[in-house]
Amino acid sequence: MVVHGEDGSVVRSERFVTAVCTCRRSKIYPLCDTSHREVRREG
Amino acid sequence: MHLPAPRGELSAAVTAALGGHRGALPPVRGVDPHGEDLTLALHVLYELHYRGFDGVDEGLEWDPDLLRLRAALERPFLAAVREEVGTAEVAAVVEDLLVERLPGSGVSHFLRERGEWWHFQEVFTHRSIYHLKEADPHAWVIPRLRGRAKAALVAVEFDEYGGGRAERMHSRLFADLLDAAGLSSEYLHYLDVVPAPALATVNLMSMFGLHRSLRGALVGHFAATEITTGPSARRMVSALRKLSAPRECVRFYTEHIEADAVHEQVLRHEVIGGLLEDEPHLAGDVAFGLMATELLEDRLSNHVLGAWQDGVSSLREAADVLV
Repeated sequence: MVVHGEDGSVVRSERFVTAVCTCRRSKIYPLCDTSHREVRREG
Repeated sequence: MHLPAPRGELSAAVTAALGGHRGALPPVRGVDPHGEDLTLALHVLYELHYRGFDGVDEGLEWDPDLLRLRAALERPFLAAVREEVGTAEVAAVVEDLLVERLPGSGVSHFLRERGEWWHFQEVFTHRSIYHLKEADPHAWVIPRLRGRAKAALVAVEFDEYGGGRAERMHSRLFADLLDAAGLSSEYLHYLDVVPAPALATVNLMSMFGLHRSLRGALVGHFAATEITTGPSARRMVSALRKLSAPRECVRFYTEHIEADAVHEQVLRHEVIGGLLEDEPHLAGDVAFGLMATELLEDRLSNHVLGAWQDGVSSLREAADVLV
């Protein structure tokens, strides 16, 4: 599968499912690196 | 792989029996369920179901006396873990695991802030026990699932096993990491120096995998692993790059960032979702598996960080083996 990011980046994924970044926080954009998760500051 | 050195009466009896010197197998009474002796004895018995040990009769995998002893070791271990985690709703546990807490206090946080190369080598050593058989314990659950949960879990496993390419298997990527880090990539090479808190994390998945009655817990375990790996793998990548670590060491974690972002979604929605649609009565077991994984991971993390804060190795007799 070929993923085209909105910034012009293009990556090829051979996985059975591809997780695509929609929050633009991923360091491996256009793929997801779970950076969208809630961060809770404690202590 | 040779049999490990015993760490007490139980592990001595087990290794002697596997070595062909069968005496009376000792009763399991008043033993620390998280202690070195019980944990190693259980680990060695479980290994008979994976790849076994050099010179050990393969038929002993189904020896009734050894299976009886294994059950007697599992009971206090499982009971202790159950008592410590309590009960909770699956959705609430998953929700909690998805939150990244800062400032973080785990091993990957420590490594990113002030990790030295020997710290990384110790982590690789602890993890070699599991990562050289990565995904194997979870394969046991396949025949116990059906429909959506089964199809999805098999797809994740296929990915873990490199999508049909031996050089991409996650266990191979970890072997490459060990070689690049100047460590041995031989299966179970470090068994003698890895302490109970790390062995227990592997025992937990072996126990869940080998018992059909614990299939819900196995699914919970798999999901917990896939949910929590992403953020910690990101920290590992940044920590390793800071030290200009070998490419193969970084590669293992970059692969896990990308893979586990996918696996997390599939595990949560298809595997847990599919299983609980099929067998809703397993919800408590799934939650237990999720929490038990976190409990033992926290215990390992506390052990490792505790040792490092005291300026000592988190391994047993580290000096002999790590050279």
